[in-house]
Amino acid sequence: MYQILLKEDIVPNIHLFKIAAPNVAQKAQAGQFVVIRIDEKGERIPLTIADWDREEGSVTVVFMEVGTTTHRLAQLRQGDSIANFIGPLGKPTHIEKFGTVVCVAGGFAVATIYPIARALKETGNQVVSIMGARSKDLIFWEDRLRGTSDQLIVTTDDGSYGRKGLVTEPLKELLEAGGIDRVIAIGPSIMMKFSAKTTEPFGVKTIVSLNPIMVDGTGMCGCCRVSVGGATKFVCVDGPDFDGHEVDWDLLLARQRTYLDEEKLSFEQWQRRRAESSG
Amino acid sequence: MAKINLNRESMPRQDPKVRAKNFNEVALGYSAEQAKAEASRCIQCPKHPCVGGCPVDIDIPGFIKAIRDDNMPEAVRILKSKNSLPGICGRVCPQETQCEAECTLDKKGAPIAIGRLERYVADWERANMSSAASSVTPPKPDGYKVAVVGSGPAGLTAAADLAKLGHRVTLFEALHVAGGVLMYGIPEFRLPKEIVRAEVDYVASLGVEIILDTVVGKTTGVDEILNNGYRAVFLGPGAGAPMFLNITGENLNGVYSANEFLTRVNLMKAYRFPEYDTPVRVGKRVGVVGGGNVAMDAARCALRLGAEEVYIVYRRSEVEMPARREEVENAKEEGIQFRLLTNPKQFIGNDQNWVAGMECYEMELGEPDASGRRRPIAIPGSEFILKVDVAIAALGTRPNPIIPSTTEGLMTSRWGTIIADEVSGRTEKPAVWAGGDIVTGSATVISAMGAGKRAAADIDKALRG
Ligand SMILES: Cc1cc2nc3c(=O)[nH]c(=O)nc-3n(C[C@H](O)[C@H](O)[C@H](O)COP(=O)(O)OP(=O)(O)OC[C@H]3O[C@@H](n4cnc5c(N)ncnc54)[C@H](O)[C@@H]3O)c2cc1C
Ligand SMILES: Cc1cc2nc3c(=O)[nH]c(=O)nc-3n(C[C@H](O)[C@H](O)[C@H](O)COP(=O)(O)OP(=O)(O)OC[C@H]3O[C@@H](n4cnc5c(N)ncnc54)[C@H](O)[C@@H]3O)c2cc1C
Ligand code: FES
Repeated sequence: MYQILLKEDIVPNIHLFKIAAPNVAQKAQAGQFVVIRIDEKGERIPLTIADWDREEGSVTVVFMEVGTTTHRLAQLRQGDSIANFIGPLGKPTHIEKFGTVVCVAGGFAVATIYPIARALKETGNQVVSIMGARSKDLIFWEDRLRGTSDQLIVTTDDGSYGRKGLVTEPLKELLEAGGIDRVIAIGPSIMMKFSAKTTEPFGVKTIVSLNPIMVDGTGMCGCCRVSVGGATKFVCVDGPDFDGHEVDWDLLLARQRTYLDEEKLSFEQWQRRRAESSG
Repeated sequence: MAKINLNRESMPRQDPKVRAKNFNEVALGYSAEQAKAEASRCIQCPKHPCVGGCPVDIDIPGFIKAIRDDNMPEAVRILKSKNSLPGICGRVCPQETQCEAECTLDKKGAPIAIGRLERYVADWERANMSSAASSVTPPKPDGYKVAVVGSGPAGLTAAADLAKLGHRVTLFEALHVAGGVLMYGIPEFRLPKEIVRAEVDYVASLGVEIILDTVVGKTTGVDEILNNGYRAVFLGPGAGAPMFLNITGENLNGVYSANEFLTRVNLMKAYRFPEYDTPVRVGKRVGVVGGGNVAMDAARCALRLGAEEVYIVYRRSEVEMPARREEVENAKEEGIQFRLLTNPKQFIGNDQNWVAGMECYEMELGEPDASGRRRPIAIPGSEFILKVDVAIAALGTRPNPIIPSTTEGLMTSRWGTIIADEVSGRTEKPAVWAGGDIVTGSATVISAMGAGKRAAADIDKALRG
């Protein structure tokens, strides 16, 4: 069992857990993920490692409530435990001194990009970060990201905070101004797809962190396969980072929808069970 | 001398129509009377060739005699002194090509049903003896710290034998349960998970510490383990990485590897979705590509999950099928349809990116190839479309590269298997042994156990000098 040492409700539907997992904490690097399972009947789901503390032996994850597992996770409290926490999985993000790097984060992925921006900064890069959310109340970790960036741009879809619009707009302006050596874009697939489309004409290498459906996370099932540069890759072992210009985005988006019906059924059942047990 | 009895006791089974709709065990096991009758057929021939056919050297005539003599505790003792996992082996070993093929009565067409008797003894033990009473008391741990990686049959056997030899054993497993393919691959109706769990518990009761959720090569590493005071490491991570066909449409929704499909169903219990939260899509028409045990298992799971038509699509003919004869018969009885001499050319999708069909070639057999089997050749112009809404690729597996790629000094073959001495399991890297599917490529439960056993003996010899 892995205990939740700290729970923070960052924004209404995004939560942070600091979890006791000394072995994972020892090895964690920016860009890697864990696979978790709440209990015996739970699904295995991947979550990115947002931070770690090797001395304390803890790993931080940040997750957004989307379906049954993430809603159930959100019900847990500090002091509770989850059954399984496996990692660190996947390859760490490739970090070296590139020059000027733009880090683009959409939604909860601010937490994913934070350790990457930090590592880039520590390696001597100029870091420009762009973080986007739907509206002001979903903005978090602005200070943290500012602390690891030379420049930070915030956007909201509805204009309630920062610049109104999508992350791709400031991204395009930065590219037009020139001097960008690399872009790292992490967030919902559709946002990564359009970030990659934005950078492509400029020929700037763009790294994305893919989020297909997974089961084991160790290369054993092939559920997470994607097509990159025409070749089939397993995201859990070959990634999760890939060259965004080579990813077959439509295939990824289609495969993510494999279980929409089952996810809906599972979520409705869970809501019903919850209503019954509280009513 | 008593007259030789050639009436092999048949195995009671669930009715095919009934079992095609449930996940309960297909073969029900011998009754006490049947076991005794079958055991009494054994002529106790002095040469006992059967033992030579057993990769773990079980004293077969010995435990059979104990059954005949109504001395079940003795049968258990004899069996377990060589085999820590008899309930598993009695169910899934291909005895027909091993011990039973060597049986003197095989020449008369009625070998002793050794596997069924083995299962009977293991089941009797579970029902009648507390595990404390039956377990071989481990000797005082006067040995060394030894690590085992992977809890499949190779790792479990190595760990059990090392513990019996007095070593302090830690077993690291990547998944959230121990058992390897026995848990995630082979379905409940062929090998109930309760039995695997009981046999894993037995290994733990010998003093083996089992640490789950630990991916060696990620969470820890082979050298790190050696630097932490372990004197030897046995690697038994299996060959768990699925292969695909490399044809168009392979990444469509609804195209699974057998590993994914079976893992969802067996390990994650998708057959009880939504009570268990992992889903699986089954569809009405399922095409399973392949002819091995894995293909049979996937097809029979799909049928039990409600598929209406399930096809085995295999490129050679029935005689070349690598699956156990018995499982092919079971599958046929349950209504699985065999499309032999058929091979997919591509998968065809609908506008939702779901698989809608498999375009197949009809095949013919040419000259024998390197495997000695006749090479299948596509007949030009024979293409036809098999309508399916789920396809499962059961084409075999390769070793997972995580351990070889993160461990310095291990030698691998061009198939990615770890190179180790066939008998002792020693690898090129000092203090590291390996065995099971990681060395041989996909093989059998018992061959993996044999490798674990030999490596344990060799590790003991090396450490005690
Ligand atoms: C490498 C990786 C890192 C991730 N990191 C984070 C993170 O840091 N924070 C975060 O909030 N989310 C992250 N995700 C996504 C997260 O795993 C899904 O949101 C979660 O699995 C949804 O589960 P659910 O039961 O709540 O929702 P469901 O209703 O089951 O599914 C909602 C959607 O989530 C996706 N999904 C469902 N099951 C899985 C699964 N087993 N594996 C992956 N995706 C699935 C599907 O596209 C689905 O349509 C990551 C995904 C990957 C692959
Ligand atoms: C569906 C199916 C049906 C089969 N049916 C039969 C049958 O009827 N009869 C028969 O004899 N054989 C059968 N086989 C083959 C048999 O199961 C295998 O040959 C056997 O399990 C191999 O044993 P192993 O110990 O080498 O590896 P596995 O059983 O594969 O176990 C390896 C274990 O190591 C773990 N592992 C892998 N990498 C790591 C790592 N880096 N760190 C920690 N742990 C790791 C894995 O999670 C797994 O638990 C079948 C196989 C399948 C897939
Ligand atoms: S999640 Fe199973 S292979 Fe990647």
